[in-house]
Amino acid sequence: MSGGVDSAVAAARAVDAGHDVTGVHLALSRNPRSYRSGARGCCSLEDSGDARRAADVLGIPFYVWDVSERFAADVVEDFVAEYAAGRTPNPCVRCNERIKFAAVLDRALALGFDAVATGHYARLLPGVDGVELHRAADPTKDQSYVLGVLTSGQLAHAVFPLGESLKTDVRVEASRRGLAVAGKPDSHDICFIPDGDTAGFLRDRLGQRPGRVVDEAGQQLGRHDGAYGYTVGQRRGLGIGTPTADGRARYVLSIEPVDGTVTVGSRERLAVDRVEGASPRWCGRPASSLRGHVQLRAHGEPLPALVDVAGDRLVATLEQPAVGVAPGQSLVMYDGTRVVGSATITAAGARAPQPAP
Amino acid sequence: MNAVPDRRRAPGVYLDHAATTPMVPAAVAAVADHLAAPGNPSSLHSSGRAARRVVEESREAIAAAVGARPSEVVFTSGGTEADNVAVKGLFWARRNADPRRCRVLTPATEHHAVLDPLVWLAQAEGAELELLPVDEEGRLRLDVLERALSVDPASIALVSCMWANNEVGTVQPLARVVELAHERGVPVHSDAVQAVGQLPVDFAASGLDAMTLTAHKLGGPIGAGALLVRRELELVPLLHGGGQERQIRSGTLNAPLAAGFAAAVEPAVARRPEQAQRLEQLRGRLVAGVCAAVPDVVLNGDLRPGPEHRLPGLVNVSFPGCEGDSLLMLLDAQGIACSTGSACTAGVPQASHVLLAMGRDDTQARSALRLSLGHSSTDDDVDLLLDVLPGAAERARAAGLTGMRR
Repeated sequence: MSGGVDSAVAAARAVDAGHDVTGVHLALSRNPRSYRSGARGCCSLEDSGDARRAADVLGIPFYVWDVSERFAADVVEDFVAEYAAGRTPNPCVRCNERIKFAAVLDRALALGFDAVATGHYARLLPGVDGVELHRAADPTKDQSYVLGVLTSGQLAHAVFPLGESLKTDVRVEASRRGLAVAGKPDSHDICFIPDGDTAGFLRDRLGQRPGRVVDEAGQQLGRHDGAYGYTVGQRRGLGIGTPTADGRARYVLSIEPVDGTVTVGSRERLAVDRVEGASPRWCGRPASSLRGHVQLRAHGEPLPALVDVAGDRLVATLEQPAVGVAPGQSLVMYDGTRVVGSATITAAGARAPQPAP
Repeated sequence: MNAVPDRRRAPGVYLDHAATTPMVPAAVAAVADHLAAPGNPSSLHSSGRAARRVVEESREAIAAAVGARPSEVVFTSGGTEADNVAVKGLFWARRNADPRRCRVLTPATEHHAVLDPLVWLAQAEGAELELLPVDEEGRLRLDVLERALSVDPASIALVSCMWANNEVGTVQPLARVVELAHERGVPVHSDAVQAVGQLPVDFAASGLDAMTLTAHKLGGPIGAGALLVRRELELVPLLHGGGQERQIRSGTLNAPLAAGFAAAVEPAVARRPEQAQRLEQLRGRLVAGVCAAVPDVVLNGDLRPGPEHRLPGLVNVSFPGCEGDSLLMLLDAQGIACSTGSACTAGVPQASHVLLAMGRDDTQARSALRLSLGHSSTDDDVDLLLDVLPGAAERARAAGLTGMRR
């Protein structure tokens, strides 16, 4: 129970469903102020108090579990290391994979609980090969992308009571149930970065790592204090004064992790239709090839694609080019609404030009 | 898992008397009797005089119970306030009298109500805080204290040393602490919150200069405490206002809570000898049962019986491979209330500073559980605990092997 409206209503529905429910708030830091200060977020004291009040209202026991060591190592350090390597990580995916549905689930099972219920918007449906993960009924809140990393073994012990609901209805229900968090604003930024200043957070941890900003011909356009301030597809804040000859906007095309060189170019050059991924994880039976849709970032569009899997690697060939595909993000494969599996994007590019017919 | 009781239901077995005790009926009645009565004890009219009489009779009863003079009892809102007045007020008064006096000596195992004001004094007021080591049973190392006292005694503002530790129950060698400090002209404060009603406590005989006690650890209401202050001792107040309580603690006196405090402390002290014996027997059964059920447990603190060694009803025990927090949750789910002994306002479990000071490592400290018996404890309580503890320990151990920690 994060202290937000979603997990509070999820807990309430789990109680209504007849389960013996215990509320658990995850302390992501031993010092409640070390990650977030001022701003509301998932690890502030205020949030743990809100979660406790919601549990009181529901009449369920409530505990704070200290996951700070695992969170620091598996999510925050991973986040920093990924940026240092020129990639763009998704910490929510990592947290679901290694904290909520791993460390926390393992401990809960050992303690005698049967499942971890969360306020995620996603649906679990029975399938021929066991439980299937599907997109939520509310397309604007669907979180199946950040859950796509979960295996069927993890999903077998997951409960998502909000999957069939619209967020607006969840708020109304929270209010009807007398939960004070009914009107609490959604959290959206990264929970361990207080002010949304990701570049500042990374600068504090990685120090200044000056490098060059170049065009595709290798011509230097400017310098920067750290490549971690850049994400593939980014347009704003590139720190280059000189406009292009044709006056068009430039985008980050790639980041070279070793010397920190950031290459920029036109939007067309950002378009890719061949996306490579590694370490696939499957929500069910592993596939060797798949024609369906892939989603390449949170809240991204599902893109029709053909996915070929070879061992620990896979390649997604997109029917239409996509822009702003950043290594480090998840590639989540869908068959209709069903999540088939996921992989971490390692590279993206344009496939070799097709011979003219 | 098995039936998890509604948290709003009162727990069936209460083994957390060191946190707070259920109020005894006499104390409930005393508070209730005076709650609706009008009258500010400082007012001159008859209602005021009636309220004042309640306060003063309560003061006399409390003083008599702990070997103090009525004028030495300064009412406070509880133990934390009394500790704050004692260490801050004494530090300021002593330093005002002689600016060289800035050192404060205290065992590393003090309650946070003493430690945190001292840390604040060090950060904000130029105090030099010397945290003194304890032995592996949690007892202050007198040799280290004597050495610290002997280095420039004129630079020492005060010594604060608890009577009995709230987490492990170990009793400090206070008589010797007082003797060593007084030989060098240094005043001593003691937090005796856990001791009153559990151990023989006589303020006059102890030689202490100031002593903290609180009502809710001995069957009285939460929100009522007292600092016993030797008559000649000067303290700089924290609260300024109407000048109540010898100018040490301004604020309208709380007649109903003072009456509840007195109604609780009198029987707690009067019945202490047989109560201590009863608790000692219950504790013996509890310890034997725990050791039989989970043979690799480690008992923490001074295990020898007797008021110079430990509290009669408190057990602190480490379950190797388990997290104390897991055990607490599993026992709570079975209606048994206990503590890890290291609650934190943020709710984030921290390893006990007491056990760490006693030389335990972080893992051992986190595996500790505090079970504290008191006036409401019965043989049934011990039996119910022993029924569910083996299963809880087994599950907690399985959970301890999962990867919550690295």
